[in-house]
This record gives sequence, C-alpha cells and structure tokens, in this order.
Amino acid sequence: MTVTDDRPAPPAETPRRRPNPVLALLRNSWRQLTSMRTALVLLFLLAIAAIPGSVLPQRGVNPEDVRDYFVAYPDLAPVLDRLGAFDAFSSVWFSAIYLLLFTSLVGCITPRLRDHVRALRSRPPAAPKRLDRLPQHTVFAAPAGGAPEIAAVLRRHRWRVEVRGDEVSAEKGYLKETGNLLFHASMVVVLIGVAIGSWYGWSGNRVLVAGADNAFCNTQQQYAETSFGPQVGSADLPRFCLQLDDFEARFLESNGQPEFFNAKVTVDENGGAPRPAEFSVNSPLRLDGANVYLLGHGYAPVVRYTDRFGRSQTSPNPFLTTGDIGLTGEGLAAFPDANVDPETGERDPELQLAFTGLYLPTAPQEGPFVRSEFPTERNPMLNLVAYRGNLGLDAGIPGSVYELDQRQVDAGRVKEIGTKLLQVGEVWTLDDGTTLEFLGTEPYIVLSVRYDPGSTLLLVSSGTLLLGLMGSLFGRRRRVFFRVRPADPAGESSTPGSSLVDAGGLPRVDHPGFADEFTRLVTAVSGAGRRADPDGPAGARVGAE
Amino acid sequence: MSVLSDQLVTFSILAYLVAMVVHAVEYALGNARVRVGPPARELVGAGVGAAGGAGSGPEPADGAATAAQRTAAQRTAARARMAGLGAVAVTVLAALLHLGALIARGVAADRMPWGNMYEFVLTVSFIGVASWFVVLWKRPTLRRLGLFLTLVMVLLVATAELLLYTPIVPLVPALNSYWFIIHVATIVFSSGIFLLGVVPAGAFLMRAGYEQGRRSFPYLLAKRMPAAAALERLTFVLHAFSFPIFTFAVIAGAIWAEAAWGRAWGWDPKETWAFISWVVYAGYLHARATPSVKRNVASWLAILGFLTVMMNLFGVNLFFEGLHSYGGLD
Repeated sequence: MTVTDDRPAPPAETPRRRPNPVLALLRNSWRQLTSMRTALVLLFLLAIAAIPGSVLPQRGVNPEDVRDYFVAYPDLAPVLDRLGAFDAFSSVWFSAIYLLLFTSLVGCITPRLRDHVRALRSRPPAAPKRLDRLPQHTVFAAPAGGAPEIAAVLRRHRWRVEVRGDEVSAEKGYLKETGNLLFHASMVVVLIGVAIGSWYGWSGNRVLVAGADNAFCNTQQQYAETSFGPQVGSADLPRFCLQLDDFEARFLESNGQPEFFNAKVTVDENGGAPRPAEFSVNSPLRLDGANVYLLGHGYAPVVRYTDRFGRSQTSPNPFLTTGDIGLTGEGLAAFPDANVDPETGERDPELQLAFTGLYLPTAPQEGPFVRSEFPTERNPMLNLVAYRGNLGLDAGIPGSVYELDQRQVDAGRVKEIGTKLLQVGEVWTLDDGTTLEFLGTEPYIVLSVRYDPGSTLLLVSSGTLLLGLMGSLFGRRRRVFFRVRPADPAGESSTPGSSLVDAGGLPRVDHPGFADEFTRLVTAVSGAGRRADPDGPAGARVGAE
Repeated sequence: MSVLSDQLVTFSILAYLVAMVVHAVEYALGNARVRVGPPARELVGAGVGAAGGAGSGPEPADGAATAAQRTAAQRTAARARMAGLGAVAVTVLAALLHLGALIARGVAADRMPWGNMYEFVLTVSFIGVASWFVVLWKRPTLRRLGLFLTLVMVLLVATAELLLYTPIVPLVPALNSYWFIIHVATIVFSSGIFLLGVVPAGAFLMRAGYEQGRRSFPYLLAKRMPAAAALERLTFVLHAFSFPIFTFAVIAGAIWAEAAWGRAWGWDPKETWAFISWVVYAGYLHARATPSVKRNVASWLAILGFLTVMMNLFGVNLFFEGLHSYGGLD
C-alpha cells in the first residue's frame, strides 16, 4: 500500500497522439487500484466483511450450528447459504476483497521495492545550496580534519556517508522502508502459506474408545468427518495406527471444572513397532505427516444384549457429551443384527433393537435422572429407552451412529417398548424375555488428526512480518549535510585561517526527536575538532529553523 | 487473599472516582481562569471586579483592578495546578490499590490473574493506567487528559466488578500452557495501551473541532485540552507502540492455537474480531501515513479500532459461542 509522500512523482507522460482507450482504461484502473485510498477502502471492507462470519454459524467452525440455523430459519437460511454466508471466509465476496487488496499491495510494493533498491545502491545526494533553508541548520568551527574527519565521525554513528570535496552528505534510516517492504512482502507470504495449507492439508475427526478392539488406522473411512484439500487424495494419508490405552482426567472437587487431561496411546507408524505415547490438550501427538489433537472426552457405556435365541452381543457405545460440566452423555446402542434365527440364518428386520438415552457418570440421588452432577463416575447410571422394529440402517441412507433415525419412529416402523434406569451390572429384561446388561464403561476421546504443510511457512513469514512492522514503525529516514567553507573573510573567527562548517538536517518523515539528534550529532562532529577550537561545541550556534 | 482482592478493587474504584472529581475541579478552575484572563488584559477593570472575588472595598483604580485580577487569576491557576497534581496523586493511589488487587488475586489463585473476563478487564485497565503514568512522566502538559482517563477507568473497573465478577478457580487444562502467559500478557498489554490511546484520540477530535472555532457541546469541553497536534501525535505514538505488540500477541495466539486446537487460524469469533481489530488499526496507521487522508478520519479509525477491541472483549464473550469461552460467566 502506497505511502504517497515517500514515492517520487511519476514522470509526466508524454502525450501520445492516439492513446489506446483500452490501455488507458487499464492503466487508470491499475493506478486507482494501487492507490492508498483504494487500499484503505479495501481494508475497511475487509473488516466489515469479516463480521458476518463471526455472527452467523460457520461450516468450517461448527457444522451442527449451521444445521440448527437451517431448522430455526427455514426461509432465510437457504438465501444466506446461496450468498455464502455460512462459509463466509471462503466466499466469493470475501475472497474478492482480499485478493484485490493483495493485488493492490503487490502493485504498490513492487515499484517501491525497485525504488528502494535503487536508493540503497545510490550514494547520498549532494548537499543543497542553501543549508540554512533545511529544517535543522547550524554553523560551527570546522574540526581539524575537515570534511574527511566529519565523514569519519558520521560513519562511527552508522550513517551512510558520501564525501564530495568539501561537502559531506549522509543518510540514515533505510530500515524504515526496508521494514515496510518486508512487512508487506511477508503478508503475501502469509497468504501463500495459508493457500498451501488449504490445498495440501487435510484433517479428520473421530471418536476413539479405549481398548485394543477399538483401535483405528489412518484411512479416510475411519473418520466421522474429514476435510481434504483439493490436492490431497486418500492415498496421500500417512500410515499409522492408534490405540487408546488409558485416559486420565482430573476435576476440581468443588465445581467439577476440568483440571488435567492425559491420553495414553499405542501408536505404530509406517508399519513399525508399536510404541507408547502420551498427549494432551496443548501438547498434541506429533507424528510423521500428521498431528493428533485431543478435543474432548467422555464415556462409552458397554452393554450386552442377549436375544431370543440366547445369543449375546456386546458393544461399547460412545455417548457424546451434551456440554454440561457433569459430562452427561447422550447416545445410542443399536443391535441391527439381533434375533437372527440360528437355524435358518434369517434375520427379521422387525426385531432389531435399539436403546437410546442418557449416561450419567454421577446420577443424582433422586430423579429426574437427566443431568449428571459430577464428571467422574461416582454413581454411574444409564437412563435408557428401548425400541424394537426396523431401525432403517439397511436403507443405505447415511445416518448418525449416535441417534436413532427419527423417521423410522415417526413412521411407526420402530416402537418404544419400555424405559429403564440401569446401574452397572444390572440386567434389564424386556417384554419378550430378551435382556440388556450394563457391563460398565470405557473412556473415549474425541480426536482431530490434522496435517498443515503451510504451517512452517506461516510461522516464518509471521516472524518476518513482525520484524518488518517494527522497522517500519520505528525506523526514521533522515539526511544531514555538512559543508566546510573558509571562515568569514571579515575575520570574525578568533583563529585566522580556520574554517567553518555549515550543517543542515532534513528528516524525511515526521520525527520530533530529530532536532535533538541533530544537535548531538553536531556536538560530536565539532567535538572532534575541539583541540583546534577552544570554544568547542559551545561555540556552535544551533539554530533550529 | 481473595476477599482482600475484592475489597481492594472496590477501594480502587472509589479512588478513581475521587481522582476523576479532583480532575474535574482542576478543569473547572482552569475554565474560570480563562473567563477572567482575557478581559483583565483587554477590558481593563470594566466591571469584572466581581468575577474573581478579588475586588475588596469600593471600586479600586483601573490599574489596581487589573493587578487584583492577575493575582486572582494566578491564584486560581495555582489552585487548578494543585488540584491537577492532587488528582494525579489520587490516580496513583487508585492504581496502587488496583495493582494490589491484581497481585492478591494472583496469589489467591496461584497463577497469573488473567483466567477469566473479570480478571482480564482488571488487568487491561491497570495496564492502561500504568501507561498513562509513563505518558504523564514524559509529557506533563497532557495532565488534563486524566479527567477522561479516570472516567474510562471508573467505567471499566466498575463494569468488571458489577457485571463480570467471577470467583477464583484454577485454569482449565486448555489454558494451562506457557503460551497462556505469552499470549494473554501481550494481548492485555496491547489492549491496555489501545485503551489509553483512545483517550487522546477522542480528545483530539474534540479539541480539533474547538480549534476550528466550534463552540457547541462536545467541542466546548476541549477548551482546556492540550493542543490538538500534541494529542494527535500522542494518539499515533501509543498506537504505533501497541500495534506490533498486538500483532505479536495474535501470532502467539495462532502458535498456541496450532498446539491446542490443531489449526493456527480457524475464524473462531474471537479470532475473527482480533482480525477485524488488526485490520482497522492497520487502516489507522496507513491513514495516518497518508497526507491526503485527514487526521480526523485517522483518529476516528483509532476509535473504531478500540470499539472492535471492546466488542471482542465483551461482545464475543457474552453473545457468541466459540473456543475462547473462558469468560467465566454462564
């Protein structure tokens, strides 16, 4: 983005006889786009365009909230969806604004980079004729060494110095523009890093129940939700398998607030030997090409259903937590393969069983048994409703494994056959003599497995961005000039034949401390000739303005 | 310790309130001086004897009246100065109580006192007032801004005390990381300076209007303010100082988010509003660096930036659900 006062005015165009109107339009549009005013408007638009993304639910942040929004506002939601309001930050309008902004930025910093490189390679300009017209000006007795001595002092003060005969020009503070360009270039690299991450990155979420039987290996089918960049295929996933051995959670006695989480897992990567590992919130499990993050945890009640033919099935069913501090879980234990006649091998779809309800790690002493009082298992209790009928799992319609297909219930294909409160070890005998036994629970964790190849680039470019920003904000470009001339012929000077120095200073940016710096510099320069001039720096008349 | 902290907070609100009143007294006395000053120099003695309350006995001679006016004016000025210094002293006392409350809370909780919104607002406002002392140290002439600063302090600390109070609890595991100190400390620090920066920004807008000859309600308040150019410059210095810290804080947050949630940036409402603040403040700095953009516009951008910071602090915690839900309020 152009800081207009820092740029030399473009050379006046020589009028052409017949300017191509298309080219003229393009050139004018480009100038308009790369102007500071446009950049400011785009920045402002960017800020405004980010607001809907924070107000409306976003698919990338919380897809369930978007679904709820569609239910709550059935008329408005599809319209908003067409406008991309639920994917605001990848929508056309948001992308358009930042792409324009970055185009403007590149269009602005490219010529500035060229100018700056030229300025870095060129020598400080010759001193202007009238140094007394500069914002800072003073005259003092010349040091013994004359111009070379002045130049030496300036070099010690880390100025870029050019000596032309009796004239010394010096410039300092290139860091400002360097920083400015670094900052803006880093912005572009940040964007590239984000783009790489979204093209080549992938992520998947799933629940992992403790125990060897529940381990999973890294394939796309193993995740409940996945998000793959356009350049990633399922074959690109790194090979590893993960098994949750133990999960430890500690909570505050007073209010049940969580205090500590730790997941112990066994991992084998690339077919290597299984090795134990631990990870937690804030310290993910970093594997080769993937990081595993702990997002949540809960309990998976293990139940055993024994059907009419006396055959049992046992399954751990992660009951998803409902968000309260007591870790109340809500879930489903479905037995679609129950009641298969062992003689015919035929399955009666009308005799499928499902149990839905709540799991309370610490159930209250008296009802209603809908909300757990504490997150650890002090009084574990299952509050279940039993259903029998066709669960609709064979229809091929994807459904949640955590809730019963409500359409089957509404259509009367699944019927409620009873409710029951179960403690660990308790057996529930249903109306047809079949039983459900609550065996206990296993802990489960919610995992996010992610890979972002752009993250290193993001980190590095953020660092250079910050460095550049500080250079840009705190650097100050300024010039000083010294001209050694013979002392006034009228003989004002006490030592005949000595010389005077005209000094001038020019801050290139708003720099209130420059007057002080100039005074100090003049003191240093004239101090170098103190032996020649007994009056020393006191003799220097510092005439600001 | 917890109780002590709560009491100290209450006392510091009272002290800020007192400081505000004393600043207001200074302000009022300052205005009186202006009312007296010019006539004393120009309309010599003409019926202004009563204004200063200095005319003793029957109508004194013209010269004597002027002298009396001058002494009265000087006395009022001295009183105003005393009031101003007193106000600063009370503000220091309030800030010490404020600091004491933070330390007591930190000791009681055995961690940095930034775990929830209540503690966060208390810390941000303390950084604001502490930076104010630095500014005051460097530019004593800006003292009158203290009236607005103490007003902001009373509002913020009282809001924290009345609406956001949360009992002490340890950190949730998600916050239990050294990034907590790095990220939150820098966010708190930069927010505190942005908070301080909005005071001269607002004062500049009023004062600039006043200097352009406007005498209606908000501009007239700026009569005794420092010069508009000085206020504008202070606004810029504070923002230029704070912006890189804020940028660092956001980057630190992204690094932490990568470790905690698996992504550096995910457009969580808090992140979105931090992005908005960053863009607005970047706009301010660009606007100020561009000669064709009026300084008024730039100052409005600074104020807008602060509003987005406040939106992030209060609005996002209270209205939106997101990963940064550490407000401690249900």
